[in-house]
Amino acid sequence: MEKIIKINHLQKSFGAIEVLKDINFSVSKGEVVCIIGSSGSGKSTLLRCLNLLEIPSSGEVVYHGQNILEQKMSNAVYRAKMGMVFQQFNLFNNLNVLDNCVIGQVKVLKKNTAAAKKTALDYLELVGMSQFINAKPHQISGGQKQRVAIARALSMEPEALLFDEPTSALDPEMVGEVLKVMKNLAKSGLTMLIVTHEMAFARDVANRVVFMDSGVIVEDDVPDVVFNNPNNERTRIFLKRILEN
Amino acid sequence: MAVDANSSFITWVLYILQSSWPLFLRGAQVTLIISLSGTIIGFLIGVLIGIIRTIPIDHNTNLFKRIVLKIIDYFLLCYIEVFRGTPMMVQAMVIFYGSAMIYGIRMSPIFAGVFIVSINTGAYMAEIVRGGIISIDKGQFEASHAIGMTHAQTMISIVLPQAIRNILPALSNEFVINIKDTSVLNVIGVTELYFQSNSAAGNNFRYFEVFLITCIIYFIMTFTVTRILRYFEAKLEGPSVYTIHGSQTVPEAEIKISTGSKKNGKNH
Ligand SMILES: Nc1ncnc2c1ncn2[C@@H]1O[C@H](COP(=O)(O)OP(=O)(O)OP(=O)(O)O)[C@@H](O)[C@H]1O
Ligand SMILES: [Mg+2]
Repeated sequence: MEKIIKINHLQKSFGAIEVLKDINFSVSKGEVVCIIGSSGSGKSTLLRCLNLLEIPSSGEVVYHGQNILEQKMSNAVYRAKMGMVFQQFNLFNNLNVLDNCVIGQVKVLKKNTAAAKKTALDYLELVGMSQFINAKPHQISGGQKQRVAIARALSMEPEALLFDEPTSALDPEMVGEVLKVMKNLAKSGLTMLIVTHEMAFARDVANRVVFMDSGVIVEDDVPDVVFNNPNNERTRIFLKRILEN
Repeated sequence: MAVDANSSFITWVLYILQSSWPLFLRGAQVTLIISLSGTIIGFLIGVLIGIIRTIPIDHNTNLFKRIVLKIIDYFLLCYIEVFRGTPMMVQAMVIFYGSAMIYGIRMSPIFAGVFIVSINTGAYMAEIVRGGIISIDKGQFEASHAIGMTHAQTMISIVLPQAIRNILPALSNEFVINIKDTSVLNVIGVTELYFQSNSAAGNNFRYFEVFLITCIIYFIMTFTVTRILRYFEAKLEGPSVYTIHGSQTVPEAEIKISTGSKKNGKNH
């Protein structure tokens, strides 16, 4: 399977604190990888390193055989290829739903506005938000915001989408609508990397589950193995704690 | 109309209005021109400085850019501190007479007035704009960077429209303050309203009546301007609660203002 992204010996420190320690893993085209782990284990930092929101302290992020940390490729172009969906949605508050999905295409991909609008509408339709194109972010609910954020990321036609706890900031009744959208995306063959605490979703949708603990990848296997028969004691303890709650 | 020392207060007021209205009118005009252009130019200075001072410096900024930014930042900070920390009346004297003595520049009083009010307002607006930029949540910067937009694109399309919207009340406030504070420019011979009132008073030595009229004219100007600007602020869409970062009277104050609009976006 074609590898979209491959991480070699990635290490990241904030000052004296080493948050990621020698991370190695890769994502193939069409794969859905869920990253689980306790708070502070470095999941967000890993995702942010993949989008260069954080610059890794050392190691390689290889994208289609090219180490993007060597700056051969512009950060803007690369970032457009790695869409990101945040826990807090982070919609642009001054723009309406449609323009949230248009602006990146126009400014970064240099598309003309008409084409950008068409693409944006397609993806807003896909996430079920096409009736809300003229709404401002403060007029829609959290679940709707997150669906718009997903459409915004998709509008850039990325190679892969990175999700950082996309449902953690949502009221419980809105979690379902967002997970449903994500499930459909997974089925459509989009490559996704999802940090999540939704174990049922991970078990159901993921091709692979990665368990992180204190900055290292402890377990990286198919959901069945990770959830039912983990190789590592730490995974077992984490899952036990999660399932008890 | 005939008046003498025994005429009633009302008679004097009417007499002064009748005889000196061109003075008041011209004075009010100059006051408005200087405070309006000073506020606008000061706002532009403030936006420019606010943008420069919020250019992010992080570990991937190269050393040269880092040093240049630090130096510029240092000078801008000096400018802000000096102009916020000294009275505008004294600034006017120093700049007006200083430019004449050191550079041999003889500024016209009106030009000098606009110049002084502009750079004075700029010093205050710089901090207000910077506060406005900083108060936009980091998540929007990140989301913008995450889709590949540059810092400049993010500022222009996402951050500044919101920041400027949020500081509009502070800008109106500056304008009103400037209408009042241009009165100090009489020390360099700017023929604004206070200066003209002084002339009117000198003509007939009725200081109370003249300055009561002046007072009313100032109030009409500030009141009208406040109402007009508030109307426009309310028209612009935006969060119902926002923060003014500092003001000329209380530079460090952060005033939470609620416009009580019908939208109650809970993320603001
Ligand atoms: N910018 C930063 N500066 C300093 N330390 C940081 C920074 N960002 C993250 N950290 C630290 O790195 C560690 C890992 O953080 P990270 O956000 O990646 O964890 P996480 O697994 O996503 O946790 P959570 O489940 O709570 O989101 C934490 O100890 C955190 O305090
Ligand atoms: Mg996190």
